Amino acid sequence: MMKRSPLVLGNKTLKDVTDDICAPVERFPSKGWVGLFLGAKTLLLFYIGILAAVVGVGMGLLGVNAPVFWGTMIVTFVFWIGIGHAGTLISAVLFLFRQKWRTSVARTAEAMTVFAVMTAGLFPLLHTGRPWLDYWLFPYPNQRGPLWVNFRSPLLWDVFAVSTYATVSMVFWYIGLVPDFATIKDRAKNKLRRTVYGALSLGWRGTAKNWSHYEMVYLILAGLSTPLVLSVHTIVSFDFAVSNLPGWHTTIFPPYFVAGAIFSGFAMVVTLMTLVRIGFPEFKNYVTLDHMEVMNKIIMTTGMLVGYAYASEFFIAWYSGNQYERFVFVNRAFGPYGWSYWVMVSCNVLIPQLFWFKKMRRSIPVMFVVSIFVNIGMWFERFVITVTSLHRDFLPSNWGMYAWSWFDTGVLVGSFGMFLTLFLLYLRLFPAVSIAEVKPVLHVGYDEKGGHH
Amino acid sequence: MAKYTNGIAGIWEEEHLILKAARKTRESGFTKFEVISAYPVHGMEEACGIKRSWIPYVTFVAGVVGLTAGLLLTWWTSAVNWAVNVGGKPFFSLPAFIPIMFELTILFAALSSVGALFYACKIPRIDPPSIDPDLSSHKFAVFIPYNDTGYDESRIEKMFKELGATEVKKTEY
Repeated sequence: MMKRSPLVLGNKTLKDVTDDICAPVERFPSKGWVGLFLGAKTLLLFYIGILAAVVGVGMGLLGVNAPVFWGTMIVTFVFWIGIGHAGTLISAVLFLFRQKWRTSVARTAEAMTVFAVMTAGLFPLLHTGRPWLDYWLFPYPNQRGPLWVNFRSPLLWDVFAVSTYATVSMVFWYIGLVPDFATIKDRAKNKLRRTVYGALSLGWRGTAKNWSHYEMVYLILAGLSTPLVLSVHTIVSFDFAVSNLPGWHTTIFPPYFVAGAIFSGFAMVVTLMTLVRIGFPEFKNYVTLDHMEVMNKIIMTTGMLVGYAYASEFFIAWYSGNQYERFVFVNRAFGPYGWSYWVMVSCNVLIPQLFWFKKMRRSIPVMFVVSIFVNIGMWFERFVITVTSLHRDFLPSNWGMYAWSWFDTGVLVGSFGMFLTLFLLYLRLFPAVSIAEVKPVLHVGYDEKGGHH
Repeated sequence: MAKYTNGIAGIWEEEHLILKAARKTRESGFTKFEVISAYPVHGMEEACGIKRSWIPYVTFVAGVVGLTAGLLLTWWTSAVNWAVNVGGKPFFSLPAFIPIMFELTILFAALSSVGALFYACKIPRIDPPSIDPDLSSHKFAVFIPYNDTGYDESRIEKMFKELGATEVKKTEY
């Protein structure tokens, strides 16, 4: 018979689980956390300054110009929204497939989704150039006719897709947190914590009838989130694919974008999880090397999927017989932005091949470095798609280059400040592993008496 | 507070004992009892005789409403109220409206399911009484309200003790 390795190490009792997971919320923050938080917060303040300048002075501070009308903001938007997708994949899709290993990483992955979508959501709003008029994006009765939004535009589909995704992810995450908030409330030793977590727990008491409804709603939300997450990146890819620009106008985009999103998201989960394991050593029994290895396998698989997409795009560009299409692809790999194409290919296709070796899949330093490379590669993928397609289209008289300014760098780097600040706060304030979901899988891999197989 | 009822509660510390206790409580003829646990215990619904949740019906209806709302919104604004010719496309461009309809289906279905959960579990609720703070960590409880059929404190206490309860107490829930 196949032996299952335990999902939670260390022969934990129910009380141990509660104590371990609540500990980071209840103790005084470590120096390491404070250091990281101050760093992230400073970066966030810098980001706010940069965005204030971009809003105050105008989009001209960034490198967008004719013909490259879409730049850092859109590239980084797609980057962050893609990262969010792995969280939903872990929490919803793996839940539907009854992959029990997901339980200990699902909470943090979902938190990553929520924060990544929040980070991403700012970009299209600011990229409009006049963000104080962003409410025009929504169809509301107005005195200009009423002149309605154009429902035939993929950019409007994006408004609906991203806002629905943000809402549903947040609700899904919060519903998962409710019983754990109740646990923290019941353990609280001071009145403030009891009040705050009591309010967050909504008065949850965990009766059998409540759990029955709760499990049903959790299943429903997982079932709804699964097509939702696929639709969101499909619609993001429509922003490009529905246009007539060579390099964008391809039917491969939806699956290619979804695979890329899962790829980059899992890389970010691995990056964050390696850090969480260092910062909170008690989580090593919950987020085990087995978990990390499984995620690395997914990174390698999806990495090869995007590699296949790069190759088939090239093949179709040649096979289509369309000279503009062919030119765009040759220009991508060998034109003035060729370096970015090869950064993308090396980071996304070549480097993850290391994970063929079990030793590499199970080595924390190796996976950390690989996941960073994948993050870089996936940012460049969106850069390649956006900028190289725009900068040389049909007419040579229309060609140009993206005028990268240091504000572009500021926007890109600063967005990490926003994301990391939120994520670090989450690690301190919320139970970072789902207490109520881990308890039912405690026995997996152990025999009746509690011993190891 | 009047919303909460008095009764008697037994506390257990083992998962298999609480399952047995729940089943026995039901077999003894009690119908209004509650079983409290920190996580969904496998087999508890069957032990307590809890029927399948009705929330999926809410989800379905809300999904249909969302889909219809998406269709009506896009059709009425694009083809009826102020029809604008965009690139010669038909005013009622159904394929282009599908993403909107889909997203609204999901949004309505998800939010209504959560609303139904709140209704079914009667949350949010401000500071409800708790039998034991460890019930959200590693203990389990069965609570029988005083108005349940055949309520008899000494008999219930004896039954709970026989079923392995570590503690039996009169409480409000």
